[in-house]
Amino acid sequence: MAIEVRIPTILRTYTGGEKAVTGEGASLSALIDDLEASHPGLKDRLVEGGDLRRFVNVYVNDEDVRFIGGLDAELSDGDQVVVLPAVAGG
Amino acid sequence: MLTIARATYDAIVAHAKRDHPDEACGIVAGPEGSDRPERLVEMVNAAGSPTFYEFDSTELLALYKEMWDRDEEPVVIYHSHTATEAYPSRTDIGLASEPGAHYVLVSTRDWAESRGGNNEGSVEFRSYRIVDGEVTEEEVTVVDEQTD
Repeated sequence: MAIEVRIPTILRTYTGGEKAVTGEGASLSALIDDLEASHPGLKDRLVEGGDLRRFVNVYVNDEDVRFIGGLDAELSDGDQVVVLPAVAGG
Repeated sequence: MLTIARATYDAIVAHAKRDHPDEACGIVAGPEGSDRPERLVEMVNAAGSPTFYEFDSTELLALYKEMWDRDEEPVVIYHSHTATEAYPSRTDIGLASEPGAHYVLVSTRDWAESRGGNNEGSVEFRSYRIVDGEVTEEEVTVVDEQTD
């Protein structure tokens, strides 16, 4: 069971410079907990107060997870997850 | 220092004027590691606001996937300020997430205030590095042709 997660440049300090890592979990929150175990610190950059951070986008098979349940989004083996920080400002 | 082709510079300024009074935003992609801004991609400001900009999340993913396929990266990330100077706001600094990119800020304020007058004001165009919350302004060199 493996799910590939694409990591953006700004978060590669947590993955030893790796562009992609693998983890497992039946939901996005389970996957993030699994990633946190091998890449401590990553979770805090993705999650805040039990929800996805406002300016972090996570996609499962090209779909923004906000439209498919957020942290409860279901995952299956072979899914492709992409993390991208929002490009935004004032 | 940011070195940018005249045509790209002019296109960014034109985009900012066109979207005024809302903020305009986009990127200029270039080959990974080249530091050459070659391919301008105008983005829709999903916030549609004079004080905020945000790339639409679906378009953001499409943009990054296209860049990955082409071995490109965002060399320039630009947006406009429409009522203040071309300097990164606190929000800009807090949300900057591409430490390798040149953050270009353009301001349409003086240009907009001068409209209808005899002398058209210019659009301010400045570039910065934003790394770990620290802003460093850099020189902008405009060239006629982008060369290796």
